[in-house]
Amino acid sequence: MADTASTAVDDNGTEESRRDFLLLATSAVGAVGTAAAIWPFVDSMNPSADVLALASTEIDLSPIEEGQSITVMWRGKPVFVRNRTADEISKAQAEDSAAMVDPQKDGERIKEGKDNWLVLVGVCTHLGCIPLGQKATDPKGEYGGWYCPCHGSHYDTSGRIRKGPAPTNLPVPPYEFTSDTTVKIG
Amino acid sequence: MSDVQWKNPVVKWVDERLPVFSLMHHSTVGYPTPKNLNYWWNFGSLALTCLIIMIVTGIFLAMSYTPHASMAFDSVERIMRDVNYGWLLRYLHANGASMFFIVVYIHMFRNMYYGSYRAPREMLWFLGLAIYLAMMATGFLGYVLPWGQMSFWGATVITNLFSAIPLVGDDVVTWLWGGFSVDNPTLNRFFSLHYLLPFVIFALVALHLWALHVVKSNNPAGVEIKSEEDTIPFHPYYTIKDLYGIAIFMIIYLAFVFWAPNFLGHPDNYIEANPMVTPPHIVPEWYYLPFYAILRAFTADAIIYIPFGWFFITPKLAGVIAMFGAIIVLFFLPWLDTSKVLSAKYRPVFKQFFWIFVINVLILGYCGAKSPTDTLFGIKLEIVSQVATFYYFAHLMVLTPLIGWMEKTREVPNSIAAAVTKPTKTEEA
Ligand code: HEM
Ligand code: FES
Repeated sequence: MADTASTAVDDNGTEESRRDFLLLATSAVGAVGTAAAIWPFVDSMNPSADVLALASTEIDLSPIEEGQSITVMWRGKPVFVRNRTADEISKAQAEDSAAMVDPQKDGERIKEGKDNWLVLVGVCTHLGCIPLGQKATDPKGEYGGWYCPCHGSHYDTSGRIRKGPAPTNLPVPPYEFTSDTTVKIG
Repeated sequence: MSDVQWKNPVVKWVDERLPVFSLMHHSTVGYPTPKNLNYWWNFGSLALTCLIIMIVTGIFLAMSYTPHASMAFDSVERIMRDVNYGWLLRYLHANGASMFFIVVYIHMFRNMYYGSYRAPREMLWFLGLAIYLAMMATGFLGYVLPWGQMSFWGATVITNLFSAIPLVGDDVVTWLWGGFSVDNPTLNRFFSLHYLLPFVIFALVALHLWALHVVKSNNPAGVEIKSEEDTIPFHPYYTIKDLYGIAIFMIIYLAFVFWAPNFLGHPDNYIEANPMVTPPHIVPEWYYLPFYAILRAFTADAIIYIPFGWFFITPKLAGVIAMFGAIIVLFFLPWLDTSKVLSAKYRPVFKQFFWIFVINVLILGYCGAKSPTDTLFGIKLEIVSQVATFYYFAHLMVLTPLIGWMEKTREVPNSIAAAVTKPTKTEEA
């Protein structure tokens, strides 16, 4: 570029640096412009407004007896709602300080005063299979909670990962009690 | 490109403006090919045959297929039962994918045996690997389309691999899904991409062939073409040999299509996708099994995991890195192979290690198909996978360069012509 321009320019180099600046500025604006143009395409693949709108679910807890679980669908995923027995609760609390992959206290995974209600996203944190343990006849794993058959992850009665390849505990979805017997997930 | 004199005036007129006829002439009659190619050199044209079959059957399937979570499964069943010859289109397509992979695997192993990835053919090898990666993506996306249980859970497990990426993993997975689980938006985009990628593959194949025509075919002797004596024209000699190969291939392929159309498939994929129930044993399609075994080999207590632990990499991420790494290392093979000799024919030590490597890959495939708690020769598969994974990388990254340096190779013929003529004749002939 300097070759073609240099004929008319003095040799103190100001013209050249002016051109360098223009080239740089144009490239920078071009790059930002390209990124800005790509973003709508990328973002169009993110969850759309209607998918986000379906993001909450209400559940009636009254039919779930002690020791029973139900599975509800939330955002296309199963959510486990378990009415824990006194035994399960004390076991979960007693093991609070045991060695764990993803240490968490049982108290952090439930709502205060609602020790019996455990609400979990029922998707194995390893590669997304649905752990067994919801039905009375299901295997519940070595820690009495859930067992993922895909690659052998064991979850305890608080849904914490205790053994196997899964890296984190079964997540607790955002939820709140709208009355004593109903919760709203999401 | 103008050395051919076209007699037909229409052909001549077109050729002067766009030399397509000259191009065709150059890549067939005018294309010099080593005269010693054996049947392992049939697999390139077989791969192209597969690609064309996949594109044609795919386009016709797409005319009757509905990419919607609540209709996809039924639309495939309708293709099977009600659409005229729909069963044929679908079985050709489903089995065609398997055949395509068998052919490409043989093609790749052929290249490893005869050193076809070595200079000056590195670019051919890279383009081949790019085609292979695109095929793996296409096969995976296609397998999701019938929306059976294996479709759904295979898609779930594979997309979840990306959650292993530190920090942004979960956002990436949500982005891939277009929601909070594999669902209709996922199916839609998978169909769009499944339609697109085969044409990308087609373009890559064109580049692959272009590169081939620049550097010319390798051959069983692994020596370059030196004179006209070493070659014969591609057409008619290899066109006829390739056609013969295609005929044999079609017999095998159609035997599957007509007599065992579901042999390579999984029965669970005839159950409609159910997001609330995971099948007890998720297995990918057979052509991914070795990589699936590598993925699963990285458990927290595996010895091969230890170095990853030093860098605070989780076992899950380690598995994902190793799985992709298993293909990435192949890109370095042209430099990892330090031997002066290309063809394993003259490399007695490498030849044996080559076959051990092939068996090792088959063992990995077996491990991928079974549960980690099963056994092979009384050894737990979990352990077998770990050892085989280690050996896979050791072969490519350690043994290949070492053998190249240390091996005493046999004498390589001076030329292709010398390789195929009786040793009594002089080599300068
Ligand atoms: C590289 C080439 C291709 C490969 C490896 C491939 C692979 C696959 C696989 C494995 C399936 C699942 C088969 C089953 O189990 O039912 C599938 C389905 C499908 N593919 Fe392809 N495909 C290719 C090209 C194409 C093309 C070019 C189209 C054109 C649109 C297409 C359209 C479809 C459709 C509509 C289905 C769903 C129907 C069915 O499941 O049989 N494919 N593909
Ligand atoms: S998906 Fe649950 S253990 Fe792998």
